[in-house]
Amino acid sequence: MNTAFQKVYTKITRITKATCSLNAQGVGNDELAIVDGKLAQVVKIWGDDITLQVFAGTEGIPTNAEVTFLGKAPSLRVGEELCGRFFNAYGDPIDGGHAVDGEEREIGGPSVNPVRRKQPSELIATGIAGIDLNNTLVSGQKIPFFADPDQPYNQVMANVALRAQTDRIILGGMGLTNDDYLYFRNIFDNAGALDRIVSFINTTEDPTVERLLVPDMALAAAEYFAVDKNEKVLVLLTDMTLYADALSIVSNRMDQIPSKDSMPGSLYSDLAKIYEKAVQFPAGGSITIIAVTTLSGGDITHAIPDNTGYITEGQLFLRKDTEIGKVIVDPFRSLSRLKQLVIGKKTRKDHAQVMNAAIRLFADAANARTKLENGFDLTDYDRRTLEFAKDYSNELLAIDVNVSINQMLDTAWKLFRTYFSRAELGIKAEIVDEFGGYEQQK
Amino acid sequence: MDKTKGKVRSIISNLVLVAVDGPVSQNEICFIETGKERLMAEVIKFIGDIAYVQVFESTRGLKPGMIVEFEQHLLEVTLGPGLLSKNFDGLQNDLDKMTGVFLKRGEYTNPLDEDREWELEPLVQVGDVVRSADWLANVKENWLDHKIMVPFKWEGEYTVASVVNAGKYTIKDTIAVLKDAKGEEHQVTMVQKWPVKLAMRNYVDKPRPYRQMETGVRVIDTMNPILEGGTGFIPGPFGTGKTVLQHSLARFADADVIIMAACGERANEVVEIFTEFPLLQDPRSGRSLYERTTIIANTSNMPVAAREASVYTAMTIGEYYRAMGMKVLLLADSTSRWAQALREMSNRMEELPGQDAFPMDLSAIIANFYARAGIVYLNNKETGSVTFIGTVSPAGGNLKEPVTESTKKVARCFYALSQSRADSKRYPAINTLDSYSKYLEYPEYERYAKEFISEDWISNVNEARNALVRGLERSEQIDILGDDGVPLEYHITFWKSELIDAVILQQDAFDNIDGSTSMERQKYMLDKVLQIVRADFNFESFEEVNPYFKRIINSYKQMNYSEFLSDAFKKYEQEIEAILKERIVN
Repeated sequence: MNTAFQKVYTKITRITKATCSLNAQGVGNDELAIVDGKLAQVVKIWGDDITLQVFAGTEGIPTNAEVTFLGKAPSLRVGEELCGRFFNAYGDPIDGGHAVDGEEREIGGPSVNPVRRKQPSELIATGIAGIDLNNTLVSGQKIPFFADPDQPYNQVMANVALRAQTDRIILGGMGLTNDDYLYFRNIFDNAGALDRIVSFINTTEDPTVERLLVPDMALAAAEYFAVDKNEKVLVLLTDMTLYADALSIVSNRMDQIPSKDSMPGSLYSDLAKIYEKAVQFPAGGSITIIAVTTLSGGDITHAIPDNTGYITEGQLFLRKDTEIGKVIVDPFRSLSRLKQLVIGKKTRKDHAQVMNAAIRLFADAANARTKLENGFDLTDYDRRTLEFAKDYSNELLAIDVNVSINQMLDTAWKLFRTYFSRAELGIKAEIVDEFGGYEQQK
Repeated sequence: MDKTKGKVRSIISNLVLVAVDGPVSQNEICFIETGKERLMAEVIKFIGDIAYVQVFESTRGLKPGMIVEFEQHLLEVTLGPGLLSKNFDGLQNDLDKMTGVFLKRGEYTNPLDEDREWELEPLVQVGDVVRSADWLANVKENWLDHKIMVPFKWEGEYTVASVVNAGKYTIKDTIAVLKDAKGEEHQVTMVQKWPVKLAMRNYVDKPRPYRQMETGVRVIDTMNPILEGGTGFIPGPFGTGKTVLQHSLARFADADVIIMAACGERANEVVEIFTEFPLLQDPRSGRSLYERTTIIANTSNMPVAAREASVYTAMTIGEYYRAMGMKVLLLADSTSRWAQALREMSNRMEELPGQDAFPMDLSAIIANFYARAGIVYLNNKETGSVTFIGTVSPAGGNLKEPVTESTKKVARCFYALSQSRADSKRYPAINTLDSYSKYLEYPEYERYAKEFISEDWISNVNEARNALVRGLERSEQIDILGDDGVPLEYHITFWKSELIDAVILQQDAFDNIDGSTSMERQKYMLDKVLQIVRADFNFESFEEVNPYFKRIINSYKQMNYSEFLSDAFKKYEQEIEAILKERIVN
């Protein structure tokens, strides 16, 4: 459609901070346009009055700016050439390389028919025991890190990405600081993994509203690899809180009535549209989404983490354990809803019992600590749980751990033997006999 | 009469304004022609010659000037044999008939199978006088008796002019001819249509619920019972087990038909039902659970307007089976997503918002919907019922938000899921003391319980509840004053409540035996536990109380895992008797 006879409009009737309006005919909803050289999208058609959202902001746009309509929704050129490349929110290269030549696909495409989905069943190992042992990830899952801004979530996510056994990694960076962008570039480069990674980056230096395109760009690329190439694709989205902030800015400038925490009323649907792209396809390909939602002071009742929690299949909480001075994956507040699909099925059969026993003992330690702080006397058992908790944090929960799941289980048994009698574990006798290394019971 | 046509004038997301050339009705269905596809939409407002329609699909690429055709009917569902074991979207499209992995815009599929033959047996004779919703014939749908009825829209009395013989017919075949008062003949097939937003009222009477709907979940059946035709809701923050609880209800409830509306929730949860239900057995019929189940799947990423329709579609199918004299259990997960769909639309129409930007009439919409549930007496004096349990996903886990509050006004049972119970893995995480069932106060239920459970059932349930309240009070005092700062009696009272919690309230949804408990067994266990609650015990110090009760609880748990009245069950029962003898004071 966008060929020789493109009509050029030159009379803008209204300009706000994020949008401008003009009179035009034959324009489609969601269609792209160029306003004074800036990319814009149709967000409202009121008869001949067309409202455009200008991604880069309307600063400097004159009332006689040239406007042309492109006759298509935002799209991405897909192909093997995407690999190893860095793009901006529009899908244009920012690494100095040439533009990708490939089939053009609209982003934000249709949903998978729920009856065509397969139940996720493949384990994704990360080497981090706080994840693999307690909150095992499954391909086709969607799960965010809930973390305060001062926690090293991007580092943890980069580690997870590099260790996970997947064919392809797509990074969607929204509101990344330039430092974090360069961190990702370096760590991917140093790991020699660049050729299986595609990145779409919006940094804090770029216009805020642009980042609304990033998740759809990343997921369009992911669908190409998962559907066309039957690959296992891991999509990293950081930081979804900044994405939601951009949504609220746009909705505010369009005079929509805000709901809870100044977020648009459609926040749930907007986030669900992104996260529900996580899927196990029947032909073998899959899309797994690991995202970051930064919290403000650990508050999960805020609209963004709250809506996210209702959409995603669990959440991973990072917190600093003051006993050992390291960041751990909090075993109480973290949850992987799909873990029962693989635990004990794709992993050793003592996995579920060991996981539950360790968390229960860790909880006992937390109670003992409260007792201690309140000035009550500790029993011998209390003291042992406290010792255990320290080792458990250090050797298993800490995010710098990188071992196989069997090693994690063996480590847990070692700690059990050090501090507890077999009766105190509450684990089925036959499991203890087979894996525990305790003296056999008569 | 010719269909009214119109042209697209304006587009704001999925709200489209259409200039029309003739009459349209509120909530009339129309199709927008894009050239490549026809997109379904519903009229939701009309001003001057402009119809405001909400489109059930993505509106990407829609342009002013596109032709719109109005269909002269409201949003309807198609009713007939073959609705069970189907997976529909919110507009009743059969998802299995759709081609391709991705949903295609504008693809609408037939909810029923036109070629399938059904074994039919007539229930009327020529000359019989019938009216709407009277049963004309019986069709075997899986193992259920599916009734072919006089269409619900037909008014007045009809005389049966002819009816087919027993045999095999498809849904399109005429199975009877009815003559109206004027002598005009009308053909009846197995299929009829009904507008989803209108309640079906083809029944004689709608009494107050009086019969218990057994769910097999003890914390519901024993402590906060729901009745056949009753309403309940389950609010809870994420991660407290709403979905697992709903799945338990779908599996074990004593209903003939289960309709699950997955309304704006996770797709993988629906996949779990698709994958697991066909393999699970209905404990009563021994057949696959899927044969009595219909799923309406409008997951969170599917179009918002269709999400709003999905709960109505589910309710209408429920009412249809109720008219056949069946016990229907309707589950909706989650009604908050439905309310959010209403909010998105209200917002686009620039209506003045109520609290949290929800529409002002949210409360009325929710009340109207819950009012469609109920037990009814049919024309032939039989009963049928729709029992409705909806989940609510309160923002931030705060129960003082509009959806929870509006629902609380109309639902008779309230099952409060608690984060702290979920954190300590006490499932189902229903906090009994915060929850209630108003049916416990119904004299109708009291009579029912006296006749079918036991003379003192309701007083026993209240006694257990009081013991839980006392236990909670004692545990708070123990926490403040320390283990040795309170009288010994406090520990005993606390552990008695822990016993009720562990044996009656907690239940392993994934266990074959413990997953579902019959009413007979629930009565048996409550009696057993209350004996202990009423007894006096002899302890020297508080340190003996905890291990002693833990032993009792452990044996009771093993009992819960054993077949009712089996040898193993009795063995543990004796074990408990022996433990009790050690310390009980008579």
